[in-house]
Amino acid sequence: MITAEPASAPTAETEPGRFREFRTNASWLWRYYTQFMRLAIITQFQYRAANYFYMIGMIAEPVVYLVVWSTIARTNGGSIGGFTAGTFAAYYIVWTLVRNINIVFTPFGWEQRIKDGELSGLLLQPIHPIHRDLAFFAGWKVIVIILWLPIAAALTLIFHPSLSPTVWQCVVFFLALWGAYLIRSMFLWALGLISLWTTRVSAIFQAYFMAELLLSGRLVPLTLMPKLVRSLAGVLPFQSTFGFPITALTGPITDTQLWHGLLTQLLWIVVGGLIVKLMWRRGIRRFASVGG
Amino acid sequence: MTRPSPGRRDPDRASSLRLAALFFRVGAQNELQYRLNFVVQLLQSILGVAAGLVGLAVVFAHTNNLGGWSRPQLLVVMGIFLMMNGITQAFIQPSMNLLIADIQKGTLDFPLTKPVDAQVLVSVRSVDIWQAADSLIGLIIVIVGLVQQDVAVHLVDVVSFVLLMLMGTVTIYCFWLMLASTAFWLIKTDEMQELFQGLYRTGQYPVGIYPGWLRYGITFVVPLAFAITVPAEALTGRLEHLALVGAAGLTLALLVISRLLWRRGLKRYGGASS
Repeated sequence: MITAEPASAPTAETEPGRFREFRTNASWLWRYYTQFMRLAIITQFQYRAANYFYMIGMIAEPVVYLVVWSTIARTNGGSIGGFTAGTFAAYYIVWTLVRNINIVFTPFGWEQRIKDGELSGLLLQPIHPIHRDLAFFAGWKVIVIILWLPIAAALTLIFHPSLSPTVWQCVVFFLALWGAYLIRSMFLWALGLISLWTTRVSAIFQAYFMAELLLSGRLVPLTLMPKLVRSLAGVLPFQSTFGFPITALTGPITDTQLWHGLLTQLLWIVVGGLIVKLMWRRGIRRFASVGG
Repeated sequence: MTRPSPGRRDPDRASSLRLAALFFRVGAQNELQYRLNFVVQLLQSILGVAAGLVGLAVVFAHTNNLGGWSRPQLLVVMGIFLMMNGITQAFIQPSMNLLIADIQKGTLDFPLTKPVDAQVLVSVRSVDIWQAADSLIGLIIVIVGLVQQDVAVHLVDVVSFVLLMLMGTVTIYCFWLMLASTAFWLIKTDEMQELFQGLYRTGQYPVGIYPGWLRYGITFVVPLAFAITVPAEALTGRLEHLALVGAAGLTLALLVISRLLWRRGLKRYGGASS
C-alpha cells in the first residue's frame, strides 16, 4: 500500500542535468525507491522503543486540543460550530494518522548535513538527493502505521469518535495522505535548504511552523477559525497537509470539495517541486563555492 | 571557589551546591559571548507565545470559561507553563541530553572518574542560558494575568507560589533524570526530548480539564500538575493546604526514586574502556 504513490511521484521531480541518462529510467528509479524503503523498514524496526517514545510524545498534542475542545462543546450544550465531542474525537484521532504520515526530513537536519559533510556525499550520487529522503521516509511509514494502530485503538476506546465515511471518502483520504506527505516533504526540504545561505535559521523555521500550526487545521478545525484566518489559509499550502486530508475522511465534505482538495494538493506538489528545484540549484552553487 | 581535593569521594552537600553554581556560571559566561543568539531566542520565544495567545483567543472566542478557569487565569497557567519551560530548557535539558549522549557513546567514563558525586556532576554540566528567555516572557504573562483577574493575591500566596515553583523544578529534574537513566537500558533514546516536549504540552492547560486517567498520569507519572497547575492555583486563590504537603511529598519521593534508578543504571554501564 505504501509503494504506490511515492514511486509514481518522482517523475515530476528533477535530477541534476549532468546525469540525464537516469531521468528516463523509470525502472531504475523504482528499484532505488523500493530498496531505500526496505532499508528504512529494517532500520526503523530495530528502534521500536525509540519510535514509540517519539509517537507518544507526539500524541499528547492532539489529545490536549481534543480535551479542550470537547470540554468547550460540552459546556456549550453539546456542540460548538457544528462539532460535537464525538466529531472532535474523530477529527483529532484522524489527525494522529495524518501527522504520522506527514513527518518528513526535518529542516533542522540540514545544519548537521552541512556541518558533517554529509551533503558532499549526497552530491556525489547520480540522483537528486530528495529521492533518498522521499523513499526512506515513505518506507518508515510502514513501521509507523503498525505502531500507530494500537494507539488509535486506545484513543478510540477512550474518546468514542463518531466517524462514518463513504467508500469514496476513504479513497480520497488515502490519496490525500500521500499528497500531504509530498507537499510537506517539498516545503520542508526547501525550508531546510535555507541553511545553505545562513546559519541562523531556527527563528525562520519556528515562524514557518507557527504559521502551519494556525493555518493548517492542526491546532483546531479551520471552520472554527475567524474568517480572516480561513481566507488566508485558502491561499497557502498548509491546509493541504492537515485540514484537507482529515476532513476528507471525517466530513462534512461534498464531492466537489473532495475534487477541489485533491487538485489543490496537486498544485502545491508542483509548486513545492519547483521551489525545491530552484533553491537546490542555487544553493549547491553556493555550497560548492564555500568548499572551494 | 573551592576545588574538591582529588582524594575525596563524597564531598558534603554544600560543596556540591557550590560546584553546581560554578558550572552554571561558567556555562552562562560561555553563552554570553554570543549575544545575537539571545535576540534569535527571544524572537523564537515571542513567536511561540504569540501562537499560544492565538490559541487561547480561539478558545475564548467560543466560550467564557474552560473547566472553571477564566481567561486571565488561563493566562497565569500559560505564563507558568512558559516559565517552567524556560527553566527546563536552560538548566535541566542540556545536561540530560549530554548525559544520554555520553551513555550512548560510552564517554560517561570522564565524569565518573571525577572526585564528586557523579549525579551532581552530570546534572550541572551544561547550561543553555538563552533558553531562559521563555521564563522572562512567562513571568510577564503571569503578571498580566494576575492584574486582569478579579482575585486578590496575598503575600502568603506569593510565598507558596515561589516554594511550589522550586519544588516543581526539582520534580521536573527528577523526571528528566529518570528518562535519561533509561538510556542505560535502551541505548538509542534520541527521542527522549521529543517525548518530554510532547508530554510537557499537556501542562499548558490546568490538569482539572483532563479525563481521570490522564489527570493521574500527569500528576504522578509525569509530574506536571505539581509543577504548573498547583503553582497557578496558588496565584488564583484555589490552593488547598493539602496540595502543598502533596507537592513536598512527591518531590521527596521523586528525589529518592530517581536517585535509585540512576544508581541501578550506573551499575549496568560498561563504558568505552571495558
